[in-house]
Amino acid sequence: MDPRPLWLLAELTYRCPLQCPYCSNPLDFAGARFKRELSTDEWCRVFREAKALGVLQLGLSGGEPTLRPDLEELVRTAHGLGLYTSLITSAYRLTKERLAGLKGAGLDHVQISVQGADADLSDEIAGTASYRDKIAAYHYTRELGFPLTVNVVLHRRNLHQVEALIRLAESLGAERIELANTQFYGWALHNRDALMPTKDQLAAAWQVVERERARLGTRLEIVWVLPDYHEQFPKPCMGGWARAYMTVTPAGEVWPCHAAGRITSLTFENVRDHPLDWIWEHSEAFNRFRGDQWMPEPCRSCPRKAQDFGGCRCQAFLVAGDAGVTDPVCSLSPHRHLIDAAVAEVEQAARVEREPEAWTYRAAPASRALATKG
Amino acid sequence: MIPVTAAAIPRLHPKARLQRDEVRGREVLLYPEGLVGLNATGAAIVALCDGVRSLADIVATLERRYGASGLERDVAAFLDGLAAKGLVLYGP
Ligand code: SF4
Ligand code: SF4
Repeated sequence: MDPRPLWLLAELTYRCPLQCPYCSNPLDFAGARFKRELSTDEWCRVFREAKALGVLQLGLSGGEPTLRPDLEELVRTAHGLGLYTSLITSAYRLTKERLAGLKGAGLDHVQISVQGADADLSDEIAGTASYRDKIAAYHYTRELGFPLTVNVVLHRRNLHQVEALIRLAESLGAERIELANTQFYGWALHNRDALMPTKDQLAAAWQVVERERARLGTRLEIVWVLPDYHEQFPKPCMGGWARAYMTVTPAGEVWPCHAAGRITSLTFENVRDHPLDWIWEHSEAFNRFRGDQWMPEPCRSCPRKAQDFGGCRCQAFLVAGDAGVTDPVCSLSPHRHLIDAAVAEVEQAARVEREPEAWTYRAAPASRALATKG
Repeated sequence: MIPVTAAAIPRLHPKARLQRDEVRGREVLLYPEGLVGLNATGAAIVALCDGVRSLADIVATLERRYGASGLERDVAAFLDGLAAKGLVLYGP
């Protein structure tokens, strides 16, 4: 096994003008833990250390990464190191001049989210009027010659638009559309009852995806991120804990994935205190679930363990209260009933046509309120 | 997918970039959300996909370089594999 990471997700800031209720950022993103953002020099050091460690792919994300005025400089440094650099943005107020500057600095690829296929729904879900900016930015990326990924997080309120979303990406000349069924972490977990789709919705959307894949071939790659609550086996989360990925948060904590910070039973190190290679090789958080020695039954004796690595540690922690057990999504998990109950609740509500609960938008005041509630 | 013909001119899709991976001592093809590790021959083939040379030119260059013959099938199969991933396009 190659013990070195290939991917670094740099979460440059948790500030964001949008308020998506499915946001994967921590619930307490507005709190002291994430406040003191890394400086330009500190990020550039992180990129150099990541490259030396084996990283080849860099995602610049957030929050909204374009809020960092030093983004161009960060891209220039990353490009100089040979990292394949992707900007993951909501495109709010993103101008063609800014994108052209980023192109000049060596940015390789742009991923722009959209929350729905039309302005009304997209803006309602985002909680901020942003659809027009997004459509404009899609065109700018094409005019500037960037490869483009359209990213959509799917849930109960927009799954019926899958076909329209694919057509939108096609008409824009995008290379990829990522149809990412909501994974229940961060704000999405908090808003789970409002966001979780019904089985019928998922089946209908999946049919559209299969048909559109056959029609489009390599012209538009359609990525479908599985809705894991509705699967029998868990996703091979991050290709295995601490095997290929690392996330650096705005204030420098290093996590094996972008949701791991919620696992309160782990201690996370900071790039301000240690070099990245030391954190990758020696920190408790990275070593705790590396390999398969940590696995309890039913994973320990399961033939699928080399394939799915026992699923997601964060989900085990969030749903079962213990990061060291089998992912509760697995049908062999003793905690699967917790997932089944959540799914059944949504099916029942849909049967009696009960309106889903209102969601909480991801915003700083709500974040502070939730943090004090604990 | 129709297999490539000798006159076709392969070129890298603009989203893909050939990059040295010093840490693992190899070349890699990087693209949005993915990568393919290349061995020395694979890297040599990709480096020759400049949008000018035809498949026949590339094969001739490699055969000269390695003092080999009959490479066409292997080179075409390799490029077809990358084309199936959308990483190589065929012109003219
Ligand atoms: S998911 Fe929405 S709210 Fe969260 S960082 Fe992305 S754009 Fe901002
Ligand atoms: S028991 Fe563990 S290894 Fe087996 S399928 Fe379930 S999560 Fe995967």
